[in-house]
Amino acid sequence: MKYRAIVPTLYIIFLMLPIYWLIAMSFKTTNEILGGFSLFPEKFTFENYMVIFTDPSWYWGYINSIIYVSLNTVISLAAALPAAYAFSRFRFMGDKHLFFWLLTNRMAPAAVFALPFFQLYSAVGIFDTHLAVALAHALFNIPLAVWILEGFMSGVPKELDETAYVDGYSFPAFFVQVFIPTIKAGIGVTAFFCFMFSWVELLLAKTLTAVAAKPIAAVMTKTSSSAGFELGLLAAAGVLTIIPGAIVIYFVRNYIAKGFALGRV
Amino acid sequence: MKTINQKGWFFVLPVLILVAFNALIPLMTVVNYSVQETFGNNQFFWQGLDWFENVLRSERFHGALGRQALFTATILAIEIPLGVGIALAMPRKGFWVPICLVLMALPLLIPWNVVGAMWNIFTLPDIGLAGYVLNNVLGIEYDMTQNAFAAWTTIIVMDVWHWTSLVVLLAYAGIISIPDPYYQAAKIDGASSWAVFRHIQLPKMNKVLTIAILLRFMDSFNIYTEPFVLTGGGPGNSTTLLSIDLVKTALGQFDLGPAAAMSLIYFAVTLLVSWLFYTIMTKDDK
Repeated sequence: MKYRAIVPTLYIIFLMLPIYWLIAMSFKTTNEILGGFSLFPEKFTFENYMVIFTDPSWYWGYINSIIYVSLNTVISLAAALPAAYAFSRFRFMGDKHLFFWLLTNRMAPAAVFALPFFQLYSAVGIFDTHLAVALAHALFNIPLAVWILEGFMSGVPKELDETAYVDGYSFPAFFVQVFIPTIKAGIGVTAFFCFMFSWVELLLAKTLTAVAAKPIAAVMTKTSSSAGFELGLLAAAGVLTIIPGAIVIYFVRNYIAKGFALGRV
Repeated sequence: MKTINQKGWFFVLPVLILVAFNALIPLMTVVNYSVQETFGNNQFFWQGLDWFENVLRSERFHGALGRQALFTATILAIEIPLGVGIALAMPRKGFWVPICLVLMALPLLIPWNVVGAMWNIFTLPDIGLAGYVLNNVLGIEYDMTQNAFAAWTTIIVMDVWHWTSLVVLLAYAGIISIPDPYYQAAKIDGASSWAVFRHIQLPKMNKVLTIAILLRFMDSFNIYTEPFVLTGGGPGNSTTLLSIDLVKTALGQFDLGPAAAMSLIYFAVTLLVSWLFYTIMTKDDK
């Protein structure tokens, strides 16, 4: 049994190396970074972080990102819940084709949609709002949410529905009071995936915003233009983008293993 | 058994409206561009299918498609077996499980441009950890801005770093769902660990692996941000994958017609391969 631990350990070390390097960089001064190689920061500095926390154009990047990611998670879940229920419980005309068509949207390269999205959202008048990014990300998150939720819902026996109707629940009451609590692990996992894919996406988020809703990922590009290449600042901004993800993982840690089976196994 | 109930359409309606708004209108815009020529000023001229012919015949598109296929095939060939192997070696219960899972899931939640920037910093020849160790400790000449092979190795290692965890987590979820009696029965029969893997664990992982392969195929085929930040498609064109080439054509040169035609061909290729995977891997489900 002991030998087997070597594989995951080596893998985790491999995962942590670049992250360690990013963190180490974020505490170095620009001079030290460009001056040569050092494994640990020699002059430990919080300067890079101070820049981010005191400059509104920096910290608003984080706030904007969190707003549209949350909005996207809510929209995706609200739309996907009834749809997934229909796919898991009913057969209706064209259901299989519809399901695959939904999945195809997950396959569309974001690069293909960047320009048309820009024009569409400008025409509708929501360009540079959080809603625009949240809706655009719904394109690939809704199919995924339907897919995951359908898996979880299919794992719930149909007798639950029937018993509830016998007990006198109307459909909406049953759905909200009985069904949703039953699959709350599934909803948590789905929310995790929606958060994840919306948080990490940059191309669409950057294309659909200019000033008011500029995501952190787009703000970060300014480190390379102003005053040369500020690696320390870039590293600090990068470290701060890892934190929300780490918090979310911590909350779902007990569901991760089961949840990734998507309720299907 | 599912009941036949056309009311299902009502439930699907919100999703339909949202996705149709997001997918159909932009897709029509792309189709519209793909058959027209523009010289700016919003003047468009009918062009027919010329752009499609041009793209399909162009060396540049073949090159990008070839590099894309090579990239996707390589990372699938590494990530799927590696992910399954790591999942098999993971502890099944105990104190270390949540720690392993959280640490492994971490790369998945890092924004893609940060992944690119992180690897950029990590591999800088003289001041990055990996670059320094390769050049100055191991004595391997390594500079991905000069050497195409180094650039390729770097984007592949980066993708393995970034996404293997997804395969691990999916495969692990499949493995822990296997009830203990299966293993006990195998032990009584004196099954080798290969037999256990082949006849118990692999069939149980079938479904999650389908998901893993599909997701990894779609996402790696559409990859843009990470290699763009890391190498910018260079040196030369050596790491210009399909999406990078597409954005160069569409937004860089503003050749909307060819870019739109290329988009549609690109999308069609992704769709076809995904459909093949999906059909082959779900054919035993029925």
